[in-house]
Amino acid sequence: MDRAAVTTLDSRVTTPVGSLAASREPRPSPPTTLIEVAGPSRPTKRVLLPRWLRKLYGPVALLLLWWSTSATGLLDPDLFPPPGAVVGATTDLIADGELFLHVWASIQRVLYGLLFGVLGGTVLAVLSGLTRIGEDLLDSTMQILKAVPNYALTPLLIMWMGIGEEPKILLIALGVGIAIYINTYSAIRGVDNALVEAATTLGASRAALIWHVILPGSLPGFLVGLRLALSGAWLSLIFAETINTTEGIGYLMTRAQNLLQSEVSVLILVIYAVIGMISYAFVRFLERRLLAWRPGFQGT
Amino acid sequence: MASRLPGDVIPSASNAPVPEGQAPPEAAVVVTGVRRRFGDHTVLDGLDLTIGAGEFVAMLGHSGSGKSTLLRALAGLDPEVTGSVLVPPQRAVVFQHPRLLPWKRVLANVIFNLREPDARQRGYAALEEVGLASHARAWPATLSGGEAQRVALARALVRRPHLLLLDEPFGALDALTRIKMYALLKRLCHRYRPAVLLVTHDVDEAILLADRVVVLQGGRISLDLPVTLPTPRSRSEAGFTALRARLLSALGVEERVGDADPRDASQGDAALQAADPTDGVDSSGARSWSAVADSPEVSR
Repeated sequence: MDRAAVTTLDSRVTTPVGSLAASREPRPSPPTTLIEVAGPSRPTKRVLLPRWLRKLYGPVALLLLWWSTSATGLLDPDLFPPPGAVVGATTDLIADGELFLHVWASIQRVLYGLLFGVLGGTVLAVLSGLTRIGEDLLDSTMQILKAVPNYALTPLLIMWMGIGEEPKILLIALGVGIAIYINTYSAIRGVDNALVEAATTLGASRAALIWHVILPGSLPGFLVGLRLALSGAWLSLIFAETINTTEGIGYLMTRAQNLLQSEVSVLILVIYAVIGMISYAFVRFLERRLLAWRPGFQGT
Repeated sequence: MASRLPGDVIPSASNAPVPEGQAPPEAAVVVTGVRRRFGDHTVLDGLDLTIGAGEFVAMLGHSGSGKSTLLRALAGLDPEVTGSVLVPPQRAVVFQHPRLLPWKRVLANVIFNLREPDARQRGYAALEEVGLASHARAWPATLSGGEAQRVALARALVRRPHLLLLDEPFGALDALTRIKMYALLKRLCHRYRPAVLLVTHDVDEAILLADRVVVLQGGRISLDLPVTLPTPRSRSEAGFTALRARLLSALGVEERVGDADPRDASQGDAALQAADPTDGVDSSGARSWSAVADSPEVSR
């Protein structure tokens, strides 16, 4: 590998010139070889494709595997439909407007859930992050709620609120709110006290401290919470849409299961994957905009 | 606006330039009988200190001697200190680390919490004075340590403080940057004439910059020396060396660095040690050690 770069050092070169040190100190032993860690003879890496394209290697390989195993009959088309069948089911669902209807119904639920969850989680995190009484009242409660699986609340929510949109949105909002709360609260508590002190010596009022120091300082934590909340929201949605409904991706999934439409089931997997990617891209976009000040932060 | 502690204000302290060479007409800081304990450990034990308006005082002491504790008391950051601390309402602090808000650009950091309508112009002028006007729109994370500390200095001076508190402001800078910072600080102090308390562990720095050097030991001022050397000062002057030796011995530090094991000390070494009046033991009873006087101290 690096054989060519290894240079043998002539030991005569390193013989000490001055005899001053030799009298008292032990002579340092010279290294026997020097290797090249940077220089003209080291090969440079060539980049063939841009990074974002290279990130698609995995998914594309998966698609190829799916297509080839279906074509050669390795995959039973009744159990796992070939790509063509899924594309066909998709175009049918698009043509009669069903796909849009169901996806939009689900998106609306998630957006409302996110709205209430993010607002609620943030307000509670600020209250308990900034005030002693807020912490005493809220924090242990929220930590307990975190331990309760959201979906265990489903029967209660139905009993309390019926089978309309409210329990579905509330279920999503609860998951979102807890993720936002946990991360924002700890980020507020983790804001560098040295900065708070410095701002205090500059005469900042309590309101100015909160607005200019504590909230911006907890923004990275909030965004981590938002990222978790978004993926959690789509997970909650599956459970929310098991509550009696005739619209939404969850309904489409239940129907496909009952009618043994395996190609629609696969389509729904694809929809969740695409939605997940879009959610992720959205948070990355927010981070790029809001955390431009962070050292070493490279938005890719 | 510097923060205001009710009841600890000298309204008469003025920012009027003091003619060089004259005794300051008014006091900017009057500290009497200040005590501070951390648990069983008394850090400040009835300390008295007066700083005249426009006077530059350097405070020397070992790590943990209470230098920073006193400075924090003067900054109004320590509510648990007892005794009387009188300071002007307009104060500014430069800490060892710049403590800039990372999410605000450089200019916004300088004029943080200033409400005057011409704040932007003044902030820009202050940045010009420290040679960083071209960095006004930069993020703090992109600055070098020396640049960030200059921004912190601009942030302090733009407030026209009557009292400038410097808490080892050059401690985290490299030696070359430090020399440049000395000249800058001296120039700006000459221009704005705030009273200055410079807390440092660097004897040379204290002599180069200050009108007066005090040594903090055992919770009190153990030595209070005027520095009468003419300005500009240089380390090579005879008066400098004498003052340096006196301060080092007051601190119980013997400055001798070498490769040889001290147990092999020759006759000449013994003669030098005899010349040290503290005989290797400082007033707090601790054994002295050989050290470079300005070796960086691990902060707090």
